[in-house]
Amino acid sequence: MTATTISGPYTHEKTSISRIMIWVMLALTPATAFGIYQFGLPALWLFIITILACVITEAVSLYIAGKPIKPYLFDGSAILTGWLLAMTLPPWAPWWIAVVGAFMAIVVGKQVFGGIGQNLFNPAMVARVALLISFPLEMTTWVAPHHLFSEATPGLIESLRITFDLQNEFDALSGATVLGYIKTELGQGVSLTSIWAEAFNPVNFALGNVSGSLGETSAILILLGGLVLLFTRIISWHIPVSMMLTIAIFATLFNFIDGEKYPPALFHLLSGATLLGAFFIATDLVTSPVTKAGQLLFGAGCGALVFIIRTWAGYPEGMAFAVMLMNGFTPMIDHYIKPRIYGRTRKGEPISYEKVPEND
Amino acid sequence: MGIADLKLFKIRGGVHPAENKSATAGSKITPIPFSERLFIPLQQHIGAPAAPIVKRGDKIFKGQLLANSQGMISAPVHAPTSGKVIAIAKYPVLHPSGLPVRTVIIEPDGDDKMAELITPPADPFSLEPEEIAARVAASGIVGMGGATFPSAVKLNLRQRYQLETLVINAAECEPYLTCDDQLMREQADEIMDGISIMIHALQVKNSIVVIEANKPEAIAAMQLAGKQFRNITVVTVPVRYPMGSEKHMVQTLTGKETPARGLTADIGIVVHNVATAYAVQQCIRHGWPLIERVVTVSGGAIKNPGNYMVPIGTPVSALIESAGGFTSEPARIIAGGPMMGQPVSETKAPIVKGSGGILLLTEKEIAQKSTMPCIRCGSCVTACPCGLLPLEMANRARINDLDGSAKFGLMDCIACGSCAYVCPSHIPLVQYFNFAKGALAEKQRAQYKQEEIKKLSDARSIRMEVQAKAKREAMAKRKAEMAAKKAQKEMEENDAAEQEASA
Repeated sequence: MTATTISGPYTHEKTSISRIMIWVMLALTPATAFGIYQFGLPALWLFIITILACVITEAVSLYIAGKPIKPYLFDGSAILTGWLLAMTLPPWAPWWIAVVGAFMAIVVGKQVFGGIGQNLFNPAMVARVALLISFPLEMTTWVAPHHLFSEATPGLIESLRITFDLQNEFDALSGATVLGYIKTELGQGVSLTSIWAEAFNPVNFALGNVSGSLGETSAILILLGGLVLLFTRIISWHIPVSMMLTIAIFATLFNFIDGEKYPPALFHLLSGATLLGAFFIATDLVTSPVTKAGQLLFGAGCGALVFIIRTWAGYPEGMAFAVMLMNGFTPMIDHYIKPRIYGRTRKGEPISYEKVPEND
Repeated sequence: MGIADLKLFKIRGGVHPAENKSATAGSKITPIPFSERLFIPLQQHIGAPAAPIVKRGDKIFKGQLLANSQGMISAPVHAPTSGKVIAIAKYPVLHPSGLPVRTVIIEPDGDDKMAELITPPADPFSLEPEEIAARVAASGIVGMGGATFPSAVKLNLRQRYQLETLVINAAECEPYLTCDDQLMREQADEIMDGISIMIHALQVKNSIVVIEANKPEAIAAMQLAGKQFRNITVVTVPVRYPMGSEKHMVQTLTGKETPARGLTADIGIVVHNVATAYAVQQCIRHGWPLIERVVTVSGGAIKNPGNYMVPIGTPVSALIESAGGFTSEPARIIAGGPMMGQPVSETKAPIVKGSGGILLLTEKEIAQKSTMPCIRCGSCVTACPCGLLPLEMANRARINDLDGSAKFGLMDCIACGSCAYVCPSHIPLVQYFNFAKGALAEKQRAQYKQEEIKKLSDARSIRMEVQAKAKREAMAKRKAEMAAKKAQKEMEENDAAEQEASA
C-alpha cells in the first residue's frame, strides 16, 4: 500500500465531469433526434461536422498549450459545446459555418481563458454571436421542415451538396422562424390578432412543426430533457424557473397593457430558444453563479434581457446576447452574494443571543 | 419518557454517503486476546500529555494508574492488563505524520490480575457533582466519539456556563462505523444509568439521546431502557452527514446556531458521546478506568468485519489479525470513518481511547478519480453545512493566499469533507484546507513570537534609556557639587587672603 498520505474523505459520490456532460447529452438527445428527423440529412451532417470540428480544435489547442490531451479531450465538454452550438445553428447552414463556429467556441470561448472551468462566457454563445454578427445572411437563412422520410426531403447526394455549399438544384422551402416572422409583421404595423391566425398554433409549437434551429422547435422534447436534468440533480431549478418566470411576468404585463403589440407569456415561453436557453444554456456550470441566490438573480437578469431584446431591439431572438451579458455579471454576483456562515451574522460577527433574565 | 414529539429543525447542506454498515451492523461485540505487547501513549487526549509514575521493570496490575494528568486539560492513563513495564519510550501513534509519542510499553503476563480499584459509591446521586467529575477525571475518561476531550473538564462546564440540557450524541453518521450502534443494542440499561449520573454531575434539567434513523434496533433498545427515566428522551433524527457534528446536532434539536468560535455551552447545551456515557457508568458504578473500547473493523479488504472490544494499547496490526487479516491488499487503512478518518501510516501504532474504527478500504470503495480543474459547479457550496465557499477557499490556498482563504471562512470550516465528497472534479478540498490552516497557524505563531520579541526589546531599550539618563543626572549632580565645593573653597581662600591683607 503505497498511496500518498493525503486527507480524506476516502469515499466519493459517483460523480465526475464526464458523467455530468453525458447526462446533458442524453437530455438533449430526444430534441436533437427529432430536429434531425424534421430537417433531414443536411441537419445531420451539420451536427456531425460541428462536433467533430470542436473535438479536433480542442485537441490541437491542448497540444499547443502543452496540456495532457487524453483527460481533457474525453471529459465530454468539447463534444457538448459542439452539440449545443449545432442546436442553435440554422439546420441547413454550410459546413464552414460549423468550422468557424467551432473555432470561436473552443479557442476564443474557452481555451484562451485557460481551459475548462476558466472561461468567462458560455463558449457556444460566444460562437453563435460571433457567427451571427459576421455572417448574418447564412445565420438567418431558415428552412421549413423537410421531414426525413418524406418525399420533400433531400436525398443523400443532395444533402451533401447542400451542406458543403456546392451547386445544387434542390428546391428548398424557406421559412422564417416564428419570432422573426412576428417581428417583421409587427414592425410593419400588423396587429397580433391577424398574425395569430396565420402564425401561432400552440400545438405545432410545442410539438415542433415550425422553422427554426434544431433546438428551437420542439418545446416539449426540450422541456422533457430539462426535467431529466432537474431530476438527476445535474442542474437545480433556480435558473430555469427564475428565467422563465421573469419572461412570463414581463410578457403578461405588456400583453395586458397592449394586447395587439405584445405577444402573451405562453408564446414567449414556447417559441424561440427560451426553453433551450433556460435549461441548457444559461445553466452552464462554469459561467453561472455558485450560490442559489446568485442563480436566481442571474436567471431573472437573463429573462429580462431576453424579453427586452426580443421586444425592442433589432434581433428577433435575444437568448445568446442575454446569456452572454449576464455571464459578464457572474463574477460580480459571486463577489457580492455569499452565503451566511454558520454561527455568524451576515456581517461576519459571531451571533449572540439575548441573555434571558434568570427566573428563580 | 420515550420518543418526544420534539420539533426538529433543518440544517444546511450535508451529504448522503452510502452507509456500508451492513457488514458489521448487529455483529456482537467480540473481545480479542491481549497482544504480545501493549503500547499506551501518554497523550491520547486533547491537552497536556500525562506524566508517568511507573518506570521500566515495574510490575503492574490491570487498571493501575500508569501516568498522571498534567494541568487543567489533561487525562491520566491506566494499564489494560497485568504485566511488566518494559520501557517508556517514543513509539508511533495513529497520526498521519507517523511521528512518535512517548509511550508506556507493557508486556502482559497472561494473568489479567486486577489492581485495587477505587471503591464505587453506594449511591452516586448522593455524591457532590464535583466528586463525580473528580472520579471521572481519575478514570482517564475522554470523549470517545473521537475528539478525546477530557470528559471531566466538560462535566465541570456548569461552573462557568448556564447549562440546561445534556445531549447524548449517538448519531454515528460516518459510514461503516457501528460501534456506538452495537453498544446501545447490548448495553442500553448501563448507558441510561450513565446518562442519569451525568445529568446529576452537570446539574442540568434533562437529557436528549440523539440517534439517526438508520439504527432502529438501537433506538428500540434505548427507548425501552429509558422508559423509567422521566428526564431522558430518545430522539430520532434524519440520516444525514454530518449530523454527528455537535454544532449541527444542537441546531437540529433547537434551531439555534452555536456562535462562531464558541461552545454549545454558550447556548446552554453540553454534548457527550454515547460511549463516553457508558464509560462514566462503568467508572462510577464499578470503579473501572478507561482501558478498553469497542472498535468497528470493516472495509472490503478485511476477512471478518465486526465490532471488537479492544484493549487500549493493542497495535492495529494485532487487531487486524484478530479480525482474520487481509482478504486483499487494502488501498488504504483508515483510523476512524471514511469521511473524517486519518490514514494509518504505521500499523504497529496502537488503538487509543478515541479510535472508533479501523477500515481496510479497497480502490473501488474509495472511488477516487484523477483530479480535474474546478468547473465552478457550486456543488461544494450546496453541500457545505457551515455556509462557506469551499471552491474559493481552495483556490486561494492553492496559490498560498492564506489571508484570502481565511476571508472566505477557512477558520469556521469543521473539515467534515462534504465538499470533497461531492466535487465532480475530485479535487482534494480538505487537503487544501488542512494545509492552509496549518500554514496560517504557523504564520500566527511566528507573528506572535515577533511581537513578543519586539515588546521585550522595546522594554529593554526603555530600561537602558532610563539607566543612562539616571547616570547622566548623577554625573551632572556630582559635577555641580564639586564645582560648588571648589567655588566655596576659592571664596574662603580669597576671604582669608583679604583678611591677611587688611591686618
